[in-house]
Amino acid sequence: MVLEKEEVKDLAGLARLELSTEEITRFTGQINDILQYVEKIKEVPVEGVEPTIHILPLTNVFREDEVRPSLDKDTALANAPQQEEGFFRVPRVLEEN
Amino acid sequence: MAYETVIGLEVHVELKTAAKVFCGCDARFGAEANTRTCPGCLGFPGSLPVLNKQAVNFTIMAGLALHCRIAPFSRFHRKQYFYPDLPGAYQISQYDLPLCEKGRLEIVTPEGKRTIGINRIHLEEEAGRTYHSGSGPEGYSLLDHNRSGLGLIEIVSEPDLRSPAEARTYLEKLQTILQYIEVSDCKMEEGSFRCDANISLRPVGGKDFGRRVELKNLNSFKAIQAALEYEEGRQSALLDAGTPLEREESRAWDETRGSTVFMRPKEKAGDYRYFPDPDLVPVVVDDGWVEKVRQSLPELPEIKRERYIKEYGLPLYDADVLSSSRPTAEFFEAVVKAYGGDVKVVSNWVMVELARLLNMEKMELPAAKITPESLAGLLKMVDEGTISGKIAKTVFTEMFYSGKKPRQIVEEKGLVQISDKDLITAVVQKVIAGNPDSVADYRGGKTKALGFLVGQVMKETRGRANPAMANTLLREELDK
Amino acid sequence: MELCTMCLGELRKALDNKEASSKEITAAFLKRIRGFNPELNALVTVTEEEALAAAGEADTRLARGNGVTPLTGIPVAVADNICTQGVRTTCSSRMLEDFIPPYDATIVSRLKQAGAVLIGKTNLDEFAAGTSTEYSRFGPARNPWDVNRTPGGAGGAAAAVAAGLAPLAVGSDTGGSLRRAAAFCGITGIKPAYGRVSRYGLAALGSSLEQAGPLARRVDDAAALYRVIAGPDPYDTTCLPTPVEDLDRLEEGIDGLKIGIPREYFTGAELLPEMKNLLLSTVKSLEEMGVRTVEVSLPSTRYALAAHILLAAAEGGSNLARYDGVRYGYRSPETKDIFSLYTKTRQEGFGDEVKRRIITGTLVLSTECYNDYYLRAQKIRTLVIKDFSKAFSGCDLILAPVNSGLPPKVGEKRSNPLDMYLEEYFTVAANLTGIPALSVPGGLVDGLPAGVQLMGPAGAERTLLRVARRLETVAGELLIPARKK
Repeated sequence: MVLEKEEVKDLAGLARLELSTEEITRFTGQINDILQYVEKIKEVPVEGVEPTIHILPLTNVFREDEVRPSLDKDTALANAPQQEEGFFRVPRVLEEN
Repeated sequence: MAYETVIGLEVHVELKTAAKVFCGCDARFGAEANTRTCPGCLGFPGSLPVLNKQAVNFTIMAGLALHCRIAPFSRFHRKQYFYPDLPGAYQISQYDLPLCEKGRLEIVTPEGKRTIGINRIHLEEEAGRTYHSGSGPEGYSLLDHNRSGLGLIEIVSEPDLRSPAEARTYLEKLQTILQYIEVSDCKMEEGSFRCDANISLRPVGGKDFGRRVELKNLNSFKAIQAALEYEEGRQSALLDAGTPLEREESRAWDETRGSTVFMRPKEKAGDYRYFPDPDLVPVVVDDGWVEKVRQSLPELPEIKRERYIKEYGLPLYDADVLSSSRPTAEFFEAVVKAYGGDVKVVSNWVMVELARLLNMEKMELPAAKITPESLAGLLKMVDEGTISGKIAKTVFTEMFYSGKKPRQIVEEKGLVQISDKDLITAVVQKVIAGNPDSVADYRGGKTKALGFLVGQVMKETRGRANPAMANTLLREELDK
Repeated sequence: MELCTMCLGELRKALDNKEASSKEITAAFLKRIRGFNPELNALVTVTEEEALAAAGEADTRLARGNGVTPLTGIPVAVADNICTQGVRTTCSSRMLEDFIPPYDATIVSRLKQAGAVLIGKTNLDEFAAGTSTEYSRFGPARNPWDVNRTPGGAGGAAAAVAAGLAPLAVGSDTGGSLRRAAAFCGITGIKPAYGRVSRYGLAALGSSLEQAGPLARRVDDAAALYRVIAGPDPYDTTCLPTPVEDLDRLEEGIDGLKIGIPREYFTGAELLPEMKNLLLSTVKSLEEMGVRTVEVSLPSTRYALAAHILLAAAEGGSNLARYDGVRYGYRSPETKDIFSLYTKTRQEGFGDEVKRRIITGTLVLSTECYNDYYLRAQKIRTLVIKDFSKAFSGCDLILAPVNSGLPPKVGEKRSNPLDMYLEEYFTVAANLTGIPALSVPGGLVDGLPAGVQLMGPAGAERTLLRVARRLETVAGELLIPARKK
């Protein structure tokens, strides 16, 4: 697979990265090098091979429905770049998701 | 051209667990902003989710109550998107292996019973709340993460609903069931019960589905029905004009305008880049676990309803209303047991008198001061003839507001019914003497005048005269 | 008394015999840090005040004689992608330059419970994405053996231990960073089996691939640190619920053990001839100790790195999405709307390699590529696991290279990310399979340290450590070059 610069720009957009033109050009070349290297995985016969989703055969790891202390408000907001009256503040969010 | 409406509903329900689904923060509603958060639900570096077992139990309960198949093996996926109320930029959800599948919900419509399919129920986490202030460059938004990470189940129906009214009935029924099994408060006004609707139209008898529209911002059952009705009309007009929908889209219901407004094109699953969450391990639910949960469920509303019809001979409508909420059903059953008389009498009192007062005072049954025993006592007093049915209503109202027992009220207010023949005869004669015109009317053939005269007897006795006896004695005197 | 040249055993003795206090020891290391860290750039944050306070508490504990553990009073450095409450945790990124976590990683709380003294946070590649620390916001760490060379990915931690800035350190290993740094710096580094050490508080990159582990100059020291940080943790779902098995009697003999030599790691692999010779002579030394060697084959080696690159990008991209300037960390000052808040913050907050990884990860998980890249990589992972299982049915351990050659010069590989990934050729298999692996010094090549990698099946930690202990006697303890100053 070879990516065009436009595609790299689109991917960056999906990942919320505003790349410079220089970066788009440079990254496109570098990522294509990597994609070329990983191309070999397409040769591997994988019919009947199950993917490994988890390394360990663990299942049903739970916790009990018990309340644990939360952070107090000031601690939760201590690293906030912008806060107001106990809320995290951001520019106006325009639409519902 | 006649069109068939096809509606599917996606309902999100916040689970009533003590703690959130993947961390230990308190899940209860109504705390000061950002006082129920931790590194986990804030998406701090290095935080990891640990699954709350009770959230799984509640999901299984909902699945069983909706006749779903409980998946023996299920897992969690990351649903990735960027939005300020989503810490971590992904929602832990379920994708191809949900906990519950292939269920159904029966609703009662004016046309009869309808079975609506349930495609799946899956467990996921809630996002935070955003509050907006101002607009333009001065505008900003404020985030509260108290609700982030709360346990949520998403219930997806099959597109089996055929009218906005049906959709509303489905939602009301779903809410009832979930409240019954106590997995959620299901309060739309608190955000613990939310609905998105998908609606499309097709020619009557058509097999394929038309392009659908997703409706959002539906904040009450009334709004949902209104929005669907509006959209039905809008799509119908478009089809008639030969301009069908070009693509699937999301539209928001605008309450003030009474119309739906375009929001954006509908996303597809690919845009969320789902992949199995490496921080969580699969959930294996064996038959033993399912049985244990099944046994912990209360008698479900449909079963109750059928039982009311069979055992008590109640009509479908009455049985449906009485079984529609667990507190109502439990109250009703307790009165029936304590009273031991005609069940239809009980059913009337609960459905009419009690409901009226609860509605007026905007109260829920558990808060009412009337106990099943006291209502049963009241009904017995009517049967005994101690008071008339009409007086009983007065007593009932007093019981409702004061919490006093019926016998106490009757004594205090001197409401014991008069069934003394001589006493009533004396009053009857007085009334006849005092109302010559009506007496003449009656004797002249106007039988309605009798009602007026009976009313006068009741008035004289301040409602305490035995109405049947008053009626009989009046007639006897008048016919003399 | 040259406290900074002592390893754990000697420091423990000094403390227990009251020849030195924890405060004195800590002060000595802090002084050495002041002297050498400016050049080595091994530590991003030095927690001088907190360390001396903790040392004081340790001294009290030692005086009372209760709750004394092998680590009580001993300074430990922790990689800066591991959260430390109240102490800046930057992940060597502008994104978290001023981030102060309100909580300790489980690793850190265990160290504190044992009475260890947190002396500072070590430098690494930004969010551990890299192989040399050259992608650090704070500039590369330097190899104490040759300051013009890099010390490897968990470089700050390894350099700190090698240069005597701390006797012990904890670093993370997603594709080999910890083992490779240990090898480049002439010390021992252990990547525990997946699930052995809690990841709670370790800023995630490759969630299914990484573990944090110990770095030390002696195998026994690394083992002691491992015992403290490993074990079940209810805060990490992927942490094994069974306690760490007995790691005692590491001095037990190793004759009779069978060690596998993987064909694909020695032929057709780009190994520097001197490196290959060092490894072969290590094998000979082992044979002289009574170990039998057998050739094994791991055919999936050809594809392992490719699979790792894809999985690390997919998981990494997803784990890095949370850094958005909303609730914590860097926020671009130039933002008027939500979209640009995200895009500018992430553009300005992240470095090149992190951005590339995010973009690659976004591609790998897209609907178009999911099956061909992500799912396929997970299937290759299964094949790698099968290969190792098969190999271990015929041997107890596998011996392999850690690095193909000498520590690269600073600046040498930065412009070519693929070259950088290729450096992890020998180490990614242990991350893909989750098996325990370590690097122990093997000797010097051209005057620079070279390591020997040992890998074993899950549960073979004790065997790995026993063999590593013997091997370190062969290489001789590699003297810290800075020691000579």
